[in-house]
Amino acid sequence: MIQISDLVVQRNGLDVLRVDSLDLQRGETLTVVGPNGAGKSTLLLALARLVWPSHGDILYDGKSLKDWDELVYRRKVSFVFQAPLLMDMTVEQNVALGLKFRGIQKEETRARAGKWMKQLGVESLSKRRAGQLSGGEAQRVSLARALVLEPELLLLDEPFSALDPPTRAKLLDDLSALLTENQRTAVFVTHNLGEAAKLSHRIAVIVGGVLRQVGTARQIKSQPADETVAAFLHELPQ
Amino acid sequence: MLFDSEIWQITALSLQVSAAATIISLLIGLPLGTWLALGNFRGRSFILSIINTGMALPPVVVGLVVAIMLWRSGPLGGLRLIYTPAAIIIAQTVIAAPVVTGLTAAALEALDPRLQQQLLGLGASRTQMIWYLWREARLPLLAALMAGFGSVISEVGASMMVGGNIRGQTRVLTTAIVLETSKGEFGQALALSTLLLILTYLINLALTWIQQRGRKVDYQSRKGTLSASRKRS
Repeated sequence: MIQISDLVVQRNGLDVLRVDSLDLQRGETLTVVGPNGAGKSTLLLALARLVWPSHGDILYDGKSLKDWDELVYRRKVSFVFQAPLLMDMTVEQNVALGLKFRGIQKEETRARAGKWMKQLGVESLSKRRAGQLSGGEAQRVSLARALVLEPELLLLDEPFSALDPPTRAKLLDDLSALLTENQRTAVFVTHNLGEAAKLSHRIAVIVGGVLRQVGTARQIKSQPADETVAAFLHELPQ
Repeated sequence: MLFDSEIWQITALSLQVSAAATIISLLIGLPLGTWLALGNFRGRSFILSIINTGMALPPVVVGLVVAIMLWRSGPLGGLRLIYTPAAIIIAQTVIAAPVVTGLTAAALEALDPRLQQQLLGLGASRTQMIWYLWREARLPLLAALMAGFGSVISEVGASMMVGGNIRGQTRVLTTAIVLETSKGEFGQALALSTLLLILTYLINLALTWIQQRGRKVDYQSRKGTLSASRKRS
């Protein structure tokens, strides 16, 4: 579904991400781990076509992102940021936002928003304004807003990092079940190897702006590609 | 001595001219301010500094430049606009447009920069993204509108220089106040001043009411989502 080759993303003339090769199959969940500032978010932004590589290419269904119509491609993808970034409107309006962008009919929008608010357990908050939500509720709304679009590719940038451990564990379980149930392709950025192992098929390790290793949790733990990866894994919460 | 009908005519002209200048300034300032706030290009800071300087343009200087442009022998003299209400609208637009532009740019720059990427990441077109950023910044954008209107309804120098304060044609409240004061008719000048203040107050009251209607919710929204999340990250 996605093939990345010789990708280099620069900011202010400096390389912030280098990926020699990375493939992603349809229905697969890939978790990206790495220290702060390693380039994990940049990888997601590049996959969402929100930053342009200075070198290399990303192919989606065999076609370079440069050749995809920008809006057509972006509407195949949905992005969940670390912060919920909800708009100043009700929960239901927030969840329906992406559908509104796509010009989906009102009735269908209401039905789909209702379904996903229920899935994420925020149905009872539908008329509440975004500002009246707790952190966990806001994250759930943010996830519902992305999942309601039923995207081909779901990009999640540490969406649970600001939550307390019980809420985080519950949301992770919910998300894991949703991804499996709906056969979504997803790329999930986290700091937690346990979360990574639970949610994903494979793990990609990015350290110092370079993709160092891709493999299952067991492979990465037992055979780190180099000392940098080993040192990073040693520091991670398990 | 001013008669009732003349006062109403002056008042109506003041409102028409300043409203037209504010609307034109909004049509220029909203897209220009948005472009400056969201754009990432060489010279952006320089243009912003020019706009910010323009926010403090003395009306008499604007009046002088517009008068030179519209003077019979000036580059735009052929349009025969000098000493017409249109000339006052042009001068007032030059005064208000930088105010609206600068405050629009500031309002959008105050939003979380990731909001643009979030909207695009949900499949918004560029136009939809801008519309929703305006929606999110609606309170400071209304303040920009109020500041733009305030800067022109109260100015006198430019209106006097390009309008000429012609009775029944280009006399507005501020120029009439100057005239009455110069004649020693302080009572008339005070009455006109009071009228101007009441009008300005009523218009700003209406805009403030619209602005404050959503203040409580907006405050909670920022506290609960954007600002809080910024702290966390």
